[in-house]
Amino acid sequence: MAVDHASEHPRRTAHGVERTIERTIETVFRMEAPRVIAGAARIVRDVGIAEELAQDALVAALEQWPDSGVPDNPSAWLTAAAKNRAIDLVRRRERYARKLAEMGRDLETAPPHLDEIPDLVEDPDAIDDDLLRLVFTACHPVLSAEARVALTLRLLGGLTTAEIARAVLAPESTVAQRVVRAKRTLAAKNVPFEVPYGPDREARLGSVLDVIYLIFNEGYAATAGDDYVRPALCEDALRLARQLAALMPKEPEVHGLAALLELQASRTAARTGPGGEPVLLKDQSRGRWNRMLIRRGFAALERAEGASGGMARGPYVLQAAIAACHAHAGSYEETDWERITALYGLLAARAPSPVVELNRAVAVSMARGPEAGLALVDALAGEPALRGYHLLPSVRGDLLERLGRHAEARGEFERAAALARNARERQLLLRRVKESPSGV
Amino acid sequence: MPRYLAMIRIDENDTHGGGPSPELQQRMGELLEGMAKEGVLLDTAGLAPTSEGTRVHWQGGRLSVTDGPFTEAKEVIGGYSILQARDKAEAVEWTKRFLKTHEDYWTLTVEVREIGEAGIPGVGPNA
Repeated sequence: MAVDHASEHPRRTAHGVERTIERTIETVFRMEAPRVIAGAARIVRDVGIAEELAQDALVAALEQWPDSGVPDNPSAWLTAAAKNRAIDLVRRRERYARKLAEMGRDLETAPPHLDEIPDLVEDPDAIDDDLLRLVFTACHPVLSAEARVALTLRLLGGLTTAEIARAVLAPESTVAQRVVRAKRTLAAKNVPFEVPYGPDREARLGSVLDVIYLIFNEGYAATAGDDYVRPALCEDALRLARQLAALMPKEPEVHGLAALLELQASRTAARTGPGGEPVLLKDQSRGRWNRMLIRRGFAALERAEGASGGMARGPYVLQAAIAACHAHAGSYEETDWERITALYGLLAARAPSPVVELNRAVAVSMARGPEAGLALVDALAGEPALRGYHLLPSVRGDLLERLGRHAEARGEFERAAALARNARERQLLLRRVKESPSGV
Repeated sequence: MPRYLAMIRIDENDTHGGGPSPELQQRMGELLEGMAKEGVLLDTAGLAPTSEGTRVHWQGGRLSVTDGPFTEAKEVIGGYSILQARDKAEAVEWTKRFLKTHEDYWTLTVEVREIGEAGIPGVGPNA
């Protein structure tokens, strides 16, 4: 029951039909690309080559589909096209290796033998496994954080180099180089195309989750640039988190990450004012929070708790639980700050970091008063990891302000503004300097 | 990545002998599961028949309330889904796949509309 493209658009000119079907093919390819690349990568064991084979499959579709129509199962068609090319390639390599061997030379690394190649029957579980392998390979620790982000957005998010460049505020050529070098590194270091099951599994999964969280955060609180939020990047990360949760339903931390991102994303519309300026959590109009995303976040958190089977909660589940406290609260003041303080305590024990400690200080200040919070913040003053971190003076300024120590507060806000790399955040901090009651 | 509301319009009088066939239900279940796995499908549901629905109308400062069924409409909204897709072309492609799970004797129209959110000029209550 292939759809005849001509009958889909009977009134269009022949040329128009061609353009329409080209657009359809490109859309379908974009939707299927991660699976197509993953399927080919299992055979050739090289994500760079797999990506090229996927492109070849796209070219074949552009040649054939305008005549044959879009196949009923375009994903299977594209995957089979890429896999067939992958098998041809492996065969050619094998022949080449044999020739070399006959000539008395040795190969450093033997290419995979064709017997190991799985059959081409479309088993949905096998496709999921390939996708997971692709995720773990793109987020492999041999790559820099920047490379992992670029490769993940490219191979799994389906973003073009230009789109990634726009998203991470880097020149297109830089991103293109980053991707090329990342693929080369994976090949040079013989990174196996697999899901780790050994003792390093937890750390490797942590790396995957951190990459997705990094992508989200760069969109949620842009560290640099003119815009305070770049929602597109948040949504790319959210979609990746949802996909990963479906691929790894037994991992509580994956659901935890999905829950955290759903809950944080639910506040996106409320986090900026009409002019694009940041609106702090306490000033947000909670009616603008997206109830559907909150509901999805709660559901994901429940799945995380269900999957944990009573084991200690990991850092993403704990952060999601904190985000859920905010989502439950009718207002900033009505928030269950004692519970948030306790959750930050658990988080600090599980994944100690000065940034967590700073957040805990804010929660403590809400639960037990600004003085208690200030004591914790002052304990962080010499922390080298927070040197240059604008939120340290920003939080300190806020606490001083609440204690009526306005002159000191202004000094902190000024310091914070000087450190902030995001233009919108800087403006907000300078406004707080101006609005702080003078004289004291 | 914009969100889309896909409104599934059906002819309520065209019941196909009591609703979707088991095969259709299975095909649709598989598709919807796949869409959820892709992170595309955020929410979906079928609606109770319009005989159980009510229209509340506001005009000239007056309210009027009409109970269903809404027999004057040939097609009524029978279900909806909320999709998150990279662009409208992707949302439309998923919609085509949804429609193709149905047997040939069905007549359905799906209206795909982008949901107005902050930042989309001229769309939605927050514009």
